[in-house]
Amino acid sequence: MSEDIFITEERIEGADDGPLAGKTVAVKDNISTEGVRTTCGSKMLEEYVPPYDATVVARLKEAGATIVGKANMDEFGMGTTTETSYFGETDNPAAPGHVPGGSSGGSAAAVAAGEADLALGSDTGGSVRCPAAFCGVVGIKPTYGLVSRYGLVAYGNSLEQIGPFGETVEDAAALLDVIAGSDERDATTHDAGDDANYADAATGDVDGLQIGIPTELLEGADEGVVETFWDAIDELEDKGASYHEVSLPSVEHAVEAYYVIAMSEASSNLARFDGVRYGHSGGYDGNWNETFAKAREEGFGDEVKRRILLGTYALSAGYHDKYYKKAQDARAWVKQDFDEALSEADVLASPTMPVPPFELGESLDDPLKLYLADANTVPVNLADLPAISVPAGETDGLPVGLQLVGPAFGEERLIRAASALA
Amino acid sequence: MSDDAVSPEEVRHVADLARVDLDDDEVDRFAGQFADILEYFETLDEVPEVDREADLANVMRPDEEHDSLDSEAALRNAPETEDGYFKGPNVS
Repeated sequence: MSEDIFITEERIEGADDGPLAGKTVAVKDNISTEGVRTTCGSKMLEEYVPPYDATVVARLKEAGATIVGKANMDEFGMGTTTETSYFGETDNPAAPGHVPGGSSGGSAAAVAAGEADLALGSDTGGSVRCPAAFCGVVGIKPTYGLVSRYGLVAYGNSLEQIGPFGETVEDAAALLDVIAGSDERDATTHDAGDDANYADAATGDVDGLQIGIPTELLEGADEGVVETFWDAIDELEDKGASYHEVSLPSVEHAVEAYYVIAMSEASSNLARFDGVRYGHSGGYDGNWNETFAKAREEGFGDEVKRRILLGTYALSAGYHDKYYKKAQDARAWVKQDFDEALSEADVLASPTMPVPPFELGESLDDPLKLYLADANTVPVNLADLPAISVPAGETDGLPVGLQLVGPAFGEERLIRAASALA
Repeated sequence: MSDDAVSPEEVRHVADLARVDLDDDEVDRFAGQFADILEYFETLDEVPEVDREADLANVMRPDEEHDSLDSEAALRNAPETEDGYFKGPNVS
């Protein structure tokens, strides 16, 4: 395979019957599969073979799906391009020579290349929606708590959700039907998804839909992206929707709040990788702190080290109030802003990514520049809300995604609206 | 790069807290990048204090016995084991 979509290609057959019988699914390699290695795109877990299935994997099997492989990803989900993977970069099937987005780049690329009908990714700050936009497919970030995270290797656990990819909104919604719902193994799950029928909501009916457009999420975006975005809004208007502009002043601080919170959580979550119970071991003798530090130096790549260190810094004595506490204030502010905007609109729309896909290798040297590309996706994770990225068209031959954001557990509304476009 | 640069010593101190060894090149590179990133994080100063609603409830399950991983499965990924236990480096 030329695109390097999978880290491990292995078929896992599901039940004979079920709603996904005959469907193939690519699973991001941070979602545990019993007996099939799960690397998180890291040397640290190069040989790690989970002894149990994630809840979403068990549900895929019960639904009759066939898993075709474990998809490439930015190491531990930390990236916007899938280039931080220890196993190499993935080419974008919809725009060769460009990144597929990240961190679930392999998952989106698998659907775009036809290597799988459907895919699962995880979205901590845009990691489903960004690659969906860059690869010209549909991706859903569910409301926090809709989908069980049991068996998802944690990065920023207060922010992340597992979400589906498909070629159409209806396909992605059918996969969401299978994975959504409460799970006694994840105490943060909600029963809202227990009896949902998301696929049936994909009617394409947007007559009377009120769309709010946050002006802050258009500022600074690439001109071609903005043009393509407005063309898609025109299309929704032609089908009976109407729009008004809204303001979300808090989102000006969302990127820094997101990175402080995500890095802080990462520094704690990744403390478990010490090479004793699982993972890369330095195999050194001597003091345990020194041994752990060597194993972690060898096992983690640059971006992971960067985030662990910055998260440790943000939580350390003297800096906690300055960074972490202020970031939590910003998170609450973002939530309030979204609640207010969604009290006067059914959904909020923006470009998913402010830029078209980067060229491979273009942006690796400047971490801050990459963080800023997440401006439109991270506010949604801070607010715990659902969002969908749907193909809006192209600019200079490169895919552009349109993001719709809805109220908590408003997935059906998002699916109905987005299905007017794909 | 901000004027308020991050020193290589600070990077080494944080790396030590996080149990991550760094070589000299990494320390220098991170010091420069951290200065830029932390300068950007400073803009959180402009965020007002916000009332955080806490209308969440804990979800508890009954405390009942149930099966869990057997020790053989739990030990399968460990680089070193002894007598059915994980084996780690010396605590000293």
